[in-house]
Amino acid sequence: MKAEGTRVESPYVDAAQRALAQQLGMWAFIATEVLLFGGLFIAYAVYRVHYPDAFADGSRRLDFWIGTINTAVLLASSLAMAIADIAVRRDRRRLLSGCLAMTWLLGALFLVLKGYEYHQKFVEHLIPGPHFAPAGGPAAPEQLFFVLYFAMTGLHAVHMVIGLGVIAWLFVLSRRGRLGPASPGRVELAGLYWHFVDCVWVFLYPLLYLIR
Amino acid sequence: MNADDIPGSVDTRVLNYLNRDYSLRSWLSTRDHKRIALLYLATITFFFAIAAVAAALMRIELLTPQGDLVVSDIYNRLFTLHGVLMVWFFLIPSIPAVLGNFVLPLMLGARDVAFPRLNLASWYIFVAGALLALYAIVAGGVDTGWTFYTPYSSTYSNGNVMAMAGGVFIAGFSSIATGLNFIVTIHQLRAPGLTWFRLPLFVWSLYATSLILVLATPVLAITLLLIMLERFLGVGVFDPKLGGDPLLFQHLFWFYSHPAVYIMILPGMGVVSELIACFARKRIFGYRVVAIASLAIAILGFLVWGHHMFVSSQSVYAGVVFSLLSFLVSVPSAIKVFNWTATLHRGSIRFDAPFLYALGFLALFTIGGLTGLFLATLAVDVHLHDTYFVIAHFHYIMVGGMVMAYMGGLHYWWPKITGRIYHDWAARVAAVTIFCGFNLTFFPQFILGYLGMPRRFHIYPPEFQALNVISTIGAGILGIGYLLPLIYLGWSLFRGAKAGANPWGATGLEWTTPSPPPEHNFDVTPVVTTEAYNYPEGTE
Repeated sequence: MKAEGTRVESPYVDAAQRALAQQLGMWAFIATEVLLFGGLFIAYAVYRVHYPDAFADGSRRLDFWIGTINTAVLLASSLAMAIADIAVRRDRRRLLSGCLAMTWLLGALFLVLKGYEYHQKFVEHLIPGPHFAPAGGPAAPEQLFFVLYFAMTGLHAVHMVIGLGVIAWLFVLSRRGRLGPASPGRVELAGLYWHFVDCVWVFLYPLLYLIR
Repeated sequence: MNADDIPGSVDTRVLNYLNRDYSLRSWLSTRDHKRIALLYLATITFFFAIAAVAAALMRIELLTPQGDLVVSDIYNRLFTLHGVLMVWFFLIPSIPAVLGNFVLPLMLGARDVAFPRLNLASWYIFVAGALLALYAIVAGGVDTGWTFYTPYSSTYSNGNVMAMAGGVFIAGFSSIATGLNFIVTIHQLRAPGLTWFRLPLFVWSLYATSLILVLATPVLAITLLLIMLERFLGVGVFDPKLGGDPLLFQHLFWFYSHPAVYIMILPGMGVVSELIACFARKRIFGYRVVAIASLAIAILGFLVWGHHMFVSSQSVYAGVVFSLLSFLVSVPSAIKVFNWTATLHRGSIRFDAPFLYALGFLALFTIGGLTGLFLATLAVDVHLHDTYFVIAHFHYIMVGGMVMAYMGGLHYWWPKITGRIYHDWAARVAAVTIFCGFNLTFFPQFILGYLGMPRRFHIYPPEFQALNVISTIGAGILGIGYLLPLIYLGWSLFRGAKAGANPWGATGLEWTTPSPPPEHNFDVTPVVTTEAYNYPEGTE
């Protein structure tokens, strides 16, 4: 008699139960993420109340147009992801691959623009730390604005990079014909995540670039 | 290669989750919730031992008013080590990740938790965090206290704050993974007929705990990240010299760390519900109220963090509101205590070792809870803040409550986990030893704190010596009490009698499987038709 295989079988009775469990898991994960960013948002709120003028000054040093274009880029990327979700359910394979590629490219464009913005800040001595020296004289509260700016957009960018990795993997799967209406779960879950990351930016953009 | 592979040989063993494969690889790559529970058990026992040694050194130092054994700097490192390891590497994973992991799917009639791979990953993440924390300790330790208060931790401390905070940060993700897994498991994997109000109360308490794990831990993560950022780059997120606000740190820290107190007590309450129902042979009095009380504690627990900050420069109005809310959170806890006591009334009680732990929990948790009310009172807290009164209070909850419940649960499910019975009288003696040693250690600290002895000092005025000596003697007894289970539980592994499926005659799906359970838990998915704790009536 031989022992049965060492791999634990799936804990689910059927695919529907599995899909429900994965969806709930992703929502619970997003709840965790909301509170992760929440800590930074509360810090932003507290310091904004402490130092309204310094935060307005800091905001003026950001590039309004890059921020605005990036918002449009990211929203378009989310739209492509949403269409990909419909495409996989209707078994539109070429549309699916195309939309995933579009999502990825727009996400990457966002990061490129963000990187260019970081570079600008480096040139202007706006990176917090010993070399922080904004034109017009350094002020400690203004450095706080930039600490939060880099922490918030940096954490957001890390989430973008992870999302790009997932979407690239889905793209490969779709090219191999491994994504179809029988198992739309992966695209749906990745979409939830991607829209969440997008949502974070929707809050970051007005807080950092618009409120002055 | 074993006998199973030889053609024609007859296998007389009954295969279970333990004996089906003995290789190290099968353990390290397992996705079986029962094995992962045992991996956690070994890991947290190791950290409990290190943290206990630190506590022993502190108690020895406090035998005399002078600093004989260690200097103040080492003493600071000892209590930080004790706090960090006990909180994050023992108490928080203790009941959820060990007992919860083992029995939750069994209680639900499920094959495993919802995400078995994530479950294993959580253990590896935990070990990674733990190793980083160990490195911080070996490389010289940290002297900030487990609370990492800024700006001391971020600017002035010369300890390994980066590594320690990094270790806690990483371990946090294992908490989140466990919490997320449990939430989905409880929602999706209940056996047919197992409705929410038929669930054992342990499941309700794990659900409430998981909500806190998922919603509070990320706030700690981001706070520690900001400390590391501040320390690494020299920018003042929380440093008042650079415009930062140290109170913001305290708010963020306690927004996690107060709910974390409920992470450290709610699962214990769940275990005690199981123990009392089983050994009083009765349904828990007011089952629904006890179940809802777990959720109420989880929700209210998010709204009371400011009571750690009464003597900071927090607004007086905030203090009043936090004080009121802190009184409110005691209501569901008190309801539970009353309902457990009412359950005992006219029960047919068996004084087995797990039940002794449950009784110990009731007594100690009640004392810990009542003294919490003293501390929630604004004016009294001004006097008692940062004294040994606080130390005694939270040890009555954390050790008197959670560790008693953990030990009780471990003794209760040990026959299920190992398939063996331990020596009952040895276990009863250990339970009583722990109870006596605990009270001897910590009750004098209430008096010391009331008299004004501050916490976190290695020296003290000579008039406090008598009570400190009593406390240290108690700690010695407590230490012996904790060593005893290692001996008789270890002995039971080799010499213990076979337990059988249900040695306690308890209800609950976990007792319908063989002990130890087979890898797949249930041959046939059970169908539930009765409420939890369906003990026969009229046994008085």
